[in-house]
Amino acid sequence: MSAALAPVVPLKTQTRDPVEAAPPPSAGSSADKKGPITMSTQPFLKVEGLKRQFPQPGSPDPAPVFEDVHFGIERGQFVCVLGHSGCGKTTILNILAGLDEASAGHVIMDGREVRGPSLDRGVVFQGHALMPWLSALKNVEFAVRSRHPDWSAKQVREHAVKYLELVHLGHALDKKPAELSGGMKQRVGIARAFSIEPKMLLLDEPFGALDALTRGSIQDELIGIVEATQQTVFMITHDVDEAILLADRIVLMTNGPRAKIAEIVVNPLARPRVRETLHQQPAFYTLRNHLVDFLVKRSREFQPGPGWDAKNPPLVHPGQSSQPA
Amino acid sequence: MTRKPWLAPLLSALFFALFVGAWYLATTASSGGAGAAPAMDPEYAALMGAQAQAGGQSAMPGPGEVAAKIWEHVSDPFYDRGTNDKGLGIQIAYSIARVLAGYLLAALVAIPLGFVIGMSPLVYKALDPFIQILKPISPLAWMPLALYTIKDSGISAIFVIFICSLWPMLVNTAFGVASVRREWLNVARTLEVSPLRKAFLVILPAAAPTILTGMRISIGIAWLVIVAAEMLVGGTGIGYFVWNEWNNLSITNIITAILLIGLVGMLLDHLLAWVARAISWRE
Repeated sequence: MSAALAPVVPLKTQTRDPVEAAPPPSAGSSADKKGPITMSTQPFLKVEGLKRQFPQPGSPDPAPVFEDVHFGIERGQFVCVLGHSGCGKTTILNILAGLDEASAGHVIMDGREVRGPSLDRGVVFQGHALMPWLSALKNVEFAVRSRHPDWSAKQVREHAVKYLELVHLGHALDKKPAELSGGMKQRVGIARAFSIEPKMLLLDEPFGALDALTRGSIQDELIGIVEATQQTVFMITHDVDEAILLADRIVLMTNGPRAKIAEIVVNPLARPRVRETLHQQPAFYTLRNHLVDFLVKRSREFQPGPGWDAKNPPLVHPGQSSQPA
Repeated sequence: MTRKPWLAPLLSALFFALFVGAWYLATTASSGGAGAAPAMDPEYAALMGAQAQAGGQSAMPGPGEVAAKIWEHVSDPFYDRGTNDKGLGIQIAYSIARVLAGYLLAALVAIPLGFVIGMSPLVYKALDPFIQILKPISPLAWMPLALYTIKDSGISAIFVIFICSLWPMLVNTAFGVASVRREWLNVARTLEVSPLRKAFLVILPAAAPTILTGMRISIGIAWLVIVAAEMLVGGTGIGYFVWNEWNNLSITNIITAILLIGLVGMLLDHLLAWVARAISWRE
């Protein structure tokens, strides 16, 4: 497999098949809400023409952080966004969460437009965001009670304990966040997000502040819970290996301002991906080189080519021989 | 360096002994000098009665006399022999009751209002000029206005305590609420927490340490102001007691009262510090 070791790898760039391709915007918006036939072809989550400008003094029309962002996520899919700081990854996640509003475009999840935050979308925040005056258990219980206000205290407790045990924190239920290590805090944050059993989980660089060893073990736990719950996940990262390990699709964003989705990489490594054996698979390095190459070079220099369409970012399969689709 | 936990208390005891010693020497020296004072006018001595025996001697007592007086008050704190002769326990109880009444009323107004100000930048901006102007006013400056409008000296004293306790609590509550971490509010938002639940379960505990700091500043100021307020309104209370004893020229009683004021102030502060520790959180 000399091709796998070559630094520059032939790529197969293909457009999506005609059924999946987005219809023209005007027809699409009406079809989104009414057409039962097109419904099945719509992805679970659909992001259309997203753009975000932050007001700047003295500039009536400041350059948007990102614009023309289109992508979709299928049910049960794990999607990672990879890009440098400043490309608006977190802003996109906040818009998906309903915590921020887009300057243009919209997000449709499960046939409904996202307007404001909702229990349907669980968020794991960058800095764990646990409430320091509550114990680990109470932090999760707070979320469970929000989801199920009618439950008894016993039900709420049992449900919260169940999810804390999933992240192996059954022994630290009554510890306050200050008494937990960084990794344990983030585990509580993950348990809290999963405990509300959302339709979709949004993770904002959840392991950024953790050491490599801790990160690895929590990633494994995350894979385990995602497999068990078939959760749909959207996650931000700037760690290439993390993206390869976790994601089915990797959305590559160019540098801001005016960041765009350059392409969407399909992970050729099938689930379940196991950290110990992942790097032994031939496709691993092809994929990794492709991603690293994008981050160090192409994210900066990206220019839309003639075939590139923002509404339909190319799906890339690294490692497959380049043949016209 | 080895730790010697007994060193600081020992030093405190030494300082206390030095202070009492210096006090003793100063008072005995001045009374010794008084013996050489010129003889008193016999007519004035007749008017003064028993007091004349002391002649022109200083009214400043020595530590022994003060200690005896303190013991007298401690052994019978709650006697009541008419308007101008009540036990120190009764007087201090009046003062504490007034402080607590004014302080709790202030908390009832300041904490909810501070909440609203902290949550709404608009309300904050609208009320800010009033707070800026009202805050630096000496609470005693309100006294005549209070006496005129309320027409009751007791309630006026409580009002003065109210107005002086209000500002630190109001400002601290507003600040604490306004600076609640964005991420905790975002957690509440993504969990679709109702506004009331958010206020009591997220914002209140998050801002509680800051609010308690304001409450602690307020109780300190209230206890400072009550003495002056009671000197003005008269009738009862430790402030009135001090002024009354000044009119009696009983320095012993004044010193006893001063010590008691300090002691109660310390207890009030420690009480709030204890509450603050109980509700504070560590990240």
